[in-house]
Amino acid sequence: MAHAKNHDYHILPPSVWPFLGAVSAFIMLYGSVKWMSPNAPAEGFWSISSQQPWLFLIGLVGVLYVMFGWWSDVVAESQVGDHTPVVQIGLRYGVIMFIISEVMFFVAWFWSFFKHAMYPMEAIGGVWPPVGVETFDPWHLPLINTLILLLSGTAATWAHHAIVHDNDNKTMVKALAIAVGLGLIFTVLQAYEYSHAAFGFSGSIYGANFYMATGFHGFHVIVGTIFLFVCMIRAQRAHFSSDKHIGFEAAAWYWHFVDVVWLFLFAAIYVWGS
Amino acid sequence: MADATLHADAGHDKPGFFTRWFMSTNHKDIGILYLIVSGLLGFISVAFTVYMRMELMEPGVQFMCLDESGQSAARFISGIGAENCNPNGHLWNVMITAHGILMMFFVVIPALFGGFGNYFMPLMIGAPDMAFPRMNNLSFWLFVAGSSLAVASVVAPGGNGQLGSGIGWVLYAPLSTTEAGISTDLAIFAVHLSGASSILGAINIITTFLNMRAPGMTMFKVPLFAWSILVTALLILLALPVLAGAITMLLTDRNFGTAFFDASNGGDPVLYQHLLWFFGHPEVYIVILPGFGIISHVIATFSKKPIFGYMPMVLAMIAIGVLGFVVWAHHMYTVGMSITQQSYFMLATMVIAVPTGVKIFSWIATMWGGSVEFKVPMLWAIGFLFLFTVGGVTGVVLSQAPVDRVYHDTYYVVAHFHYVMSLGAVFCIFAGVYYWFTKMTGREYSEFWGKVHFWMMFIGANLTFFPQHFLGRQGMPRRYIDYPEQFAYWNYISSIGAFIAFASFLLFLGIIGYALLRGRKVEEPMYWGEGTDPTLEWTLPNPPPEHTFETLPTQDMWDKQPGH
Repeated sequence: MAHAKNHDYHILPPSVWPFLGAVSAFIMLYGSVKWMSPNAPAEGFWSISSQQPWLFLIGLVGVLYVMFGWWSDVVAESQVGDHTPVVQIGLRYGVIMFIISEVMFFVAWFWSFFKHAMYPMEAIGGVWPPVGVETFDPWHLPLINTLILLLSGTAATWAHHAIVHDNDNKTMVKALAIAVGLGLIFTVLQAYEYSHAAFGFSGSIYGANFYMATGFHGFHVIVGTIFLFVCMIRAQRAHFSSDKHIGFEAAAWYWHFVDVVWLFLFAAIYVWGS
Repeated sequence: MADATLHADAGHDKPGFFTRWFMSTNHKDIGILYLIVSGLLGFISVAFTVYMRMELMEPGVQFMCLDESGQSAARFISGIGAENCNPNGHLWNVMITAHGILMMFFVVIPALFGGFGNYFMPLMIGAPDMAFPRMNNLSFWLFVAGSSLAVASVVAPGGNGQLGSGIGWVLYAPLSTTEAGISTDLAIFAVHLSGASSILGAINIITTFLNMRAPGMTMFKVPLFAWSILVTALLILLALPVLAGAITMLLTDRNFGTAFFDASNGGDPVLYQHLLWFFGHPEVYIVILPGFGIISHVIATFSKKPIFGYMPMVLAMIAIGVLGFVVWAHHMYTVGMSITQQSYFMLATMVIAVPTGVKIFSWIATMWGGSVEFKVPMLWAIGFLFLFTVGGVTGVVLSQAPVDRVYHDTYYVVAHFHYVMSLGAVFCIFAGVYYWFTKMTGREYSEFWGKVHFWMMFIGANLTFFPQHFLGRQGMPRRYIDYPEQFAYWNYISSIGAFIAFASFLLFLGIIGYALLRGRKVEEPMYWGEGTDPTLEWTLPNPPPEHTFETLPTQDMWDKQPGH
C-alpha cells in the first residue's frame, strides 16, 4: 500500500466480486422463480426462461465463479501475510457469527418439526408420525450414517492435531482425505435412503419436515465436504502452519456444526419422531 | 486479483467512477451508497402511501379502478370517470404489501444500520474500516439485488389475473401460498436476499465492534451509537435466519406441494405466524435501536452535556434486545392461543416498557439543566421523543390481550406502529442526516429550510396518524380500500396530513440537493462547536479522507473522562 498504514488491520483494494456476486445472485433467484413456479407465464416479457432452467444455471455459474475467485483472493492474501494476528482474530469471530446464524436457520426447521410432532393436526389423525406414514428404522442406515459422520469429524480433528502439534501438512492431507471420503459416503448413503423412502416430499407434513430438514443438512454436508477438500488441496501445497491455519479451522468448526445438527436430527426426527 | 493490487499500489490516484462506487471496499462510500439507495426506495414507498391516502380521502373508490376486462385501470386525477369506477381491491392490496415490504426490509434498516452504521460505527470506535471491507460491499449489492426483486414483484404477474401480489408484508399463509402468479415468489426471494445482506452486515459489524476498537476503548467506553448498532447486529444475526427458514417453507409450499402451512395435509398456518413474528418482533427493535443511538448523540450535543446515565442506556438497549425475542406472540392474540400463553406474552411485553422508559427518561434528564440549542437535528430528536412516547404508550395499551381483542386489525394498530416506526425511526433517520450532513459532505444545509422541513413533517405526520387512533377506536378495520360514511371525517384529515408529509419529503430532497450543489463549504471539523459530543468522527476533516485513522487514535482524542 502506498498509504502510510500504521496498523495491522486489513485494508483491501477495490474488488469486483461483490458486485458480480450480487448480479449473479439476482439472475439465479429470478431464474429459479421462472424455472420452478408452475405459474410462470408462457408468453410476454415475463415468460423468459419459464419452466426452463437456463437462466437459473447462468446465475448459478456466476455465483460459483465469484465464490471461486473471491476465496482464491482470500487464500492469496493469506499467503502474502495480510492476515496479521489481529485480522486472524477477526476472521475467527466472523466464522463463529456465521455458524450462529446457521444454527438459527435450523431452528426454523426444528421448530416446524417439533410443532407438528408434539401437536399433530387432525388431518393426519392427531398422531405423530401421521397415520399411514411408514418411517425409517433409525437403528439401520441412519445409525450407520451417524457413525460415518462422527468418524469423519474425528478425522478432521486428527488433521487439526497434525497441524497444531506437529506442523505436519502431510499427515493433514491423509486425515482430510479420510474426512472428505467419509463425508462423500454419508451423502451417497443419504441419497440411497431418500430413494427408498416410503413417503413422498409433497402432500404430507411428515415428508415436508423430513426432507427439508435433512435436505438442508445434506446440503450443508456437501458444502462442508467441499470446504474440507479445499483445505486438503491447500495442505498439499503446505499452506498451513501450527500457528496459522484459519481456513482449516473454519472448515473444522463448520464440519463439527454439521455433525451436531445431524445428532439433533437423528435424535429428534429419526429416533424420537418415529 | 493482480490488477486490483496494482491499482492500490498506484497510491493516491483518484479511483474511477466504476471502481469507486461499484467495487468499493470503503465503509464510508458504502454507507453513502446505502443512504442514497434507501432514500430512493423510500421515495417509491412513500409515493405508494400517497396514492393510498388519495384513495382513502373520501368514501367510495375513486382512483383504484378496474376496466371491463378485469385489468387494473388506475387513475391519478379525481373526477375523470369517477362516477363509474369499478373498485380494484387487488391494486390496493398490492400497494399495502409493497409499502410494507419496502419499508421493513429495504428502507429503514438499510438507512440506519447499513448507512449510518457503516459510516459512523467504525469512525466512532476509531477503526480504519470494517473488519471485512469486501464483504461489506457484498451486503450492499445483495441489498440492491433484493430491492430489485421487490420492485419487480410489484409489476410481475400476480394474483387475480393482475400484476403484483396483495398478500400483506407479513406474507401470511395460506393467502401467500395460494396467490397466483410469480409475484409472490419474487417477493419471497427479495426478502431472502435482504436477509442475507443483513446477516453478512451483522457479522461484519459484530466483528468490527469486538475486534477493532481504538486502543484503550473498553466495551463500556464505546459511544452509544456504536453500541446500538452492535445490539441491532446481534438481533439481525439471531432473528433473520429464522425468517429465511419460514419463507423457504412458503416457497416450497407454493411450488413443490409441501404441506408446512397446508392444514388439509397436516400442516399448520399458525406455525407460519409464530416463525414470522419470532423474527418480526426483534425486527421492530432492529428498526428502532440504531435510531436510539443517533438520538443519544444528538441530544447530548445540543444540550451541551454528556449523555445522562451512559451505563443504564447500554444495559437498556441490551435488555430491549433480549426481551425482543420472548414477546413475539403478542402480535397473534386472536389466533386462538390459550389464556396462559396470552398472559405470559402480555406480561413479558409490558416489561419492555421498563428499559424503554429508562431510555426516554435518560434523554429527558440529559436535556435537564443543559444549555439546549434548538438546531435542526435537535428538533428531530425532540420530535422523536414525543412521537415515540405516544407510540410506546399505545403499545402498552395494545399489549393487553383483552384490549387487543377489540383493537386487533383496526386503524388503532396502524396508528401505533406508524408512531413508533414511520415517525420514530424515520425521525431518527432525518436527525442523523441533519446531524452528520456536514461531516459526510463538507457542505452546509439551510438551517431555516431544515426547520421548515421538520415542522411540515411533524404536523403532516401527526395529522396523518393521530386521527387513525380515533378511527381504530370507532372500529375501522385495516387493509380495506373503502369504508362507510361515518369514518369519512378523520380519513379526510388523515389524507391531508399525508399530503403535507409528502410535500415535506420533496422539500427535503430540495434542501439536500441545494446543499450539495450550492451549500457553503465547511472546513471546521467540529461543526456543532468545540467539546459538544466528543466522539471520534468530529476529529476528522469534512468530508473524511478515503482512509481514516491510518494511525490509530490515541485515548486522549476521545476519552474525556479517562478515570472512569
